[in-house]
Amino acid sequence: MEAIVREDVQKEIDAFAGKPVYVHLETTNGAYASHFNEKAHNVGAFIRNANVTYSHGKIISTGGGYRVGLKLELGWVYAEGLTDYEVDEQNRLLMAGHDEQGRLMVALEISQTPFAHEADSHE
Amino acid sequence: MSKQRVIIIFPHPDDETFGTGGTIADFIEKGANVTYWCGTLGDMGRNMGNPVFANRETLSTHRRKELQEATEVLGIDYVHLGYRDKTIEFEPLEEIVTHLRTKLEQEKPDLVITHFPGYAVHPDHDALGRAAVEAVKEMKEEERPELWLHAISNQAATDLGEPAIVRDVSEYWDTKWKALRTHLSQADGMVDLLNREDQLERLKTERFYTGDQLR
Repeated sequence: MEAIVREDVQKEIDAFAGKPVYVHLETTNGAYASHFNEKAHNVGAFIRNANVTYSHGKIISTGGGYRVGLKLELGWVYAEGLTDYEVDEQNRLLMAGHDEQGRLMVALEISQTPFAHEADSHE
Repeated sequence: MSKQRVIIIFPHPDDETFGTGGTIADFIEKGANVTYWCGTLGDMGRNMGNPVFANRETLSTHRRKELQEATEVLGIDYVHLGYRDKTIEFEPLEEIVTHLRTKLEQEKPDLVITHFPGYAVHPDHDALGRAAVEAVKEMKEEERPELWLHAISNQAATDLGEPAIVRDVSEYWDTKWKALRTHLSQADGMVDLLNREDQLERLKTERFYTGDQLR
């Protein structure tokens, strides 16, 4: 992954618009947040392989990171805190936000084929 | 203690080293046969290496390779049970119990080590530990292995008392440390941990509750 270049990511988002795509969206502060700090509260959510079609999408710079919103026929897909991205060899747009220790805090990924982990094929 | 056949049941690559690395090294030195049944490939972990080298889609590939290396360092085999990180608690418990019991009946271990259900912090630890405990309970008495349970929760000692088995593994620290280092994608969380002297010392002692301490 590399630091987001807004114009480049916008082009990638535009390329998926109007097509049925699979989305992976998640945020987490880790399974051990309240173990290491009893005042902390574990928070996380993910949805994998949501099959949606967005009419348009936009990436917005916030100074420190980026927000992405995808407009669906009946709703929205939204992520905040994205910092890095790559288009992988399967042409999937992978975006993520990492903290200063490289830990993933948020991810938004868009693909025309369902997401499957690479390691799955070695079962 | 010489155990002939030992099966470790935890959900993530690196659980085997953190919780039982020293004990495994000790068992192997004494000629035991140890296999790690790893529930998932840790595909939903949030540590991506530091600097970041993995992403959500490639993490499981890295972690499988790390698991391969760690188990080579420890001198054991591993089996991936095929579950998904973070989802074990949502699978029907009975299906996992049957899966594990069937495998245990084939393997006939003398000892099973798993997480103490309810005291293992991560939901996958609790869920797989619960299934493993149930699987052992369902086995015929004459085939039933001994059960050691790894607890992580800060609440464990208060609720359960002291674990029956406390093993000083400092003699095997070099092996445990080398195995820990192979889990490179997770290394930053580790370095963080190891900067804390108390946490480091904790890793040189491995503690297990026994089956009769279950509640």
